[in-house]
Amino acid sequence: MKVALARLPALATAALVLGGAGGWLGAAEPLVPAQLKEETVRLKDAPGRELTEGRCNICHSLDYIPSNAPAMNRAVWQKEVQKMRDRFGGPLTDEEARQILDYLDGNYSGKP
Amino acid sequence: MATRRELLLAATGGCLIGRVWASDGAGTVAQVEALAALPGKKPLIRRSFRPPNFETPLADLAAPLTDNGAFFVRYHLTVIPRIDPDSWRLQVSGASARRALTLSLAELRSGFEQVEVVAVNQCAGNRRGLFTPRVPGVQWGGGAMGNARWRGVRLREVLQRAGVAADALEVVFGGADAPVLPATPAFVKSLPVERALDESTLVAFEMNGRPLPHWNGAPARLVVPGWVGTYWMKHLASIRIEPRAFDGFWMKTAYRVPTGAFPGARFTSQETAETTPVTELLVNSLIVSPGSGARLSRGAHAELAGKAWDGGAGIEGVEVSVDGGQRWRDATLQRDLGRFAWREFRFVLDTSRAGRLDVAVRARSRNGAKQPDKLTPNPSGYHDNIVQAVSLEIA
Repeated sequence: MKVALARLPALATAALVLGGAGGWLGAAEPLVPAQLKEETVRLKDAPGRELTEGRCNICHSLDYIPSNAPAMNRAVWQKEVQKMRDRFGGPLTDEEARQILDYLDGNYSGKP
Repeated sequence: MATRRELLLAATGGCLIGRVWASDGAGTVAQVEALAALPGKKPLIRRSFRPPNFETPLADLAAPLTDNGAFFVRYHLTVIPRIDPDSWRLQVSGASARRALTLSLAELRSGFEQVEVVAVNQCAGNRRGLFTPRVPGVQWGGGAMGNARWRGVRLREVLQRAGVAADALEVVFGGADAPVLPATPAFVKSLPVERALDESTLVAFEMNGRPLPHWNGAPARLVVPGWVGTYWMKHLASIRIEPRAFDGFWMKTAYRVPTGAFPGARFTSQETAETTPVTELLVNSLIVSPGSGARLSRGAHAELAGKAWDGGAGIEGVEVSVDGGQRWRDATLQRDLGRFAWREFRFVLDTSRAGRLDVAVRARSRNGAKQPDKLTPNPSGYHDNIVQAVSLEIA
C-alpha cells in the first residue's frame, strides 16, 4: 500500500509527459508490469527506510539498491544521491538527502 | 563469506589465466537474480524491474541468431509508450538539415531501399557485474547482448533526403520513452555525422524477420553495427542534423571512458582531455557450453562452443588453451554471417584424462587486436573483454 501511494505522483507526471508528445504515442506501459511483483522488493527495516523507499521509488524500483550494494561505500552512495537530486531532478531537501545517505550507507554498503 | 568465483580462483592455485565464470554465465552477481518475463518476452534474468533491465540467459545465446523473445532489454527511463505503428511518425530536422521531413512507417518502408545486416547488439555495460573492484550501475552478467538480423533502411538515405549541410557535425537521436520527472534528462544520443552516414547504420523495423518487439524498440530503432548498444536508439522519434556537439547528460556525462584508455573509433566532437564517449565494441568472446563446473565423461566426445565478435573488422581466429595459457590452439570457426555478426567457434576437448580441465578462450580480430588478460579499470564498468575461462571436471 505504501509503495503504491509513493508512486501516485510519478504516474500523474508520466501522464503529463505523454500528453505533450504528439498524437502517435499509445498508452504507456504500466510503470511496473503487474505480473512482475515489484512490491516484493522491500528494503531493510531501519530508520530512514520509509523516506528512502518513497523517494527512490518515484523513478526506479528498489531492487537497484541491494543489487548495487557490493559496489558501494559512503562516498559512492553520496555521489549517487547527489546525482539523483542534481542530475535527475529528484525532489530531496538537504536534510532528506542526508537521512537517505545515512540509511543507504548504514544498510547497503558492501552487503546486499 | 567467499563467493563461488573466489573459491574457483583459489582452487586454481593462481596459475589460470583469464577469469572463471560461474555456470550461469553471470559470475557472482546473483543476489537479486531471478528469471521473470516481461509481457511478450521469454523468462529472462531480471536485473531491475523499473526501468526494465533484463538479460538473456546463457542457454539462449547458443543459437546463431538470438531469439526475439529472449533478446535482452535495457532502458534508462520508465515511461515506455506502446506505439501504434500506423500513426507513428519520424521527424527529421536540425540546423544542418536543408529541409525537415516527417516519415510514416509505410513511407520509411517504401521510400528507401530495404537492407539487412546481421549484427551484435551489446550493452556498453555488459559484464559490469563481473568487474573487480565492483562498480555501481546495472549489475549485468554476460547476457546484455545478442546477435540478430536487422532489416530496415540506411540512415544515410534518410539523412540525404533531408539534405545534409556541409557544416553538419553530429546527428542527434531521440526516442519516445520518457522520464517520470520533467527535470530528468530525456534519453537522447548523438553520433558523429560520419558514423551516421556510414552505409551500415540503419533505421530498422524488423528483427530476425519479425517486427521489432515492443521491448526492443518498436516500431523503429537505430542499428549502429559495431558500436555499443547505447547508440541504438529504441522507439526512434526524432533525428536532428546539427552543426554543434550535442551537450545532453547522456553524451557529456554518461557512457564515457578515460580518453585514450581503449582502442576503437574516436568521437572527437565529444572528447575532452579526461574522458571520451564509449564507441566501438572491442574484440571479445563468450563460451556458451559447456558451462563452468560441468562434468564430462572420460573418453567421451566433448566440444567447446561459443561466439566471438568485435567492432566490425571481423573475427580472424579463436584460440583455446587447456594448460593455463602456455599453449594456444585454433578453434574451428563456423559460418560467417558478416563482419558485424558474432562468429561461432567449436573446439574438441581432450577428455582422455580424468581430473580438472581449465579451458580459456581468446579471440583475435582481423585488425590484429586480441582479448587482453587484464581488465582496464574505468569508473562505469565498460569494455570488459578479458579472456574468459571455464573450469570443467572429467570423470
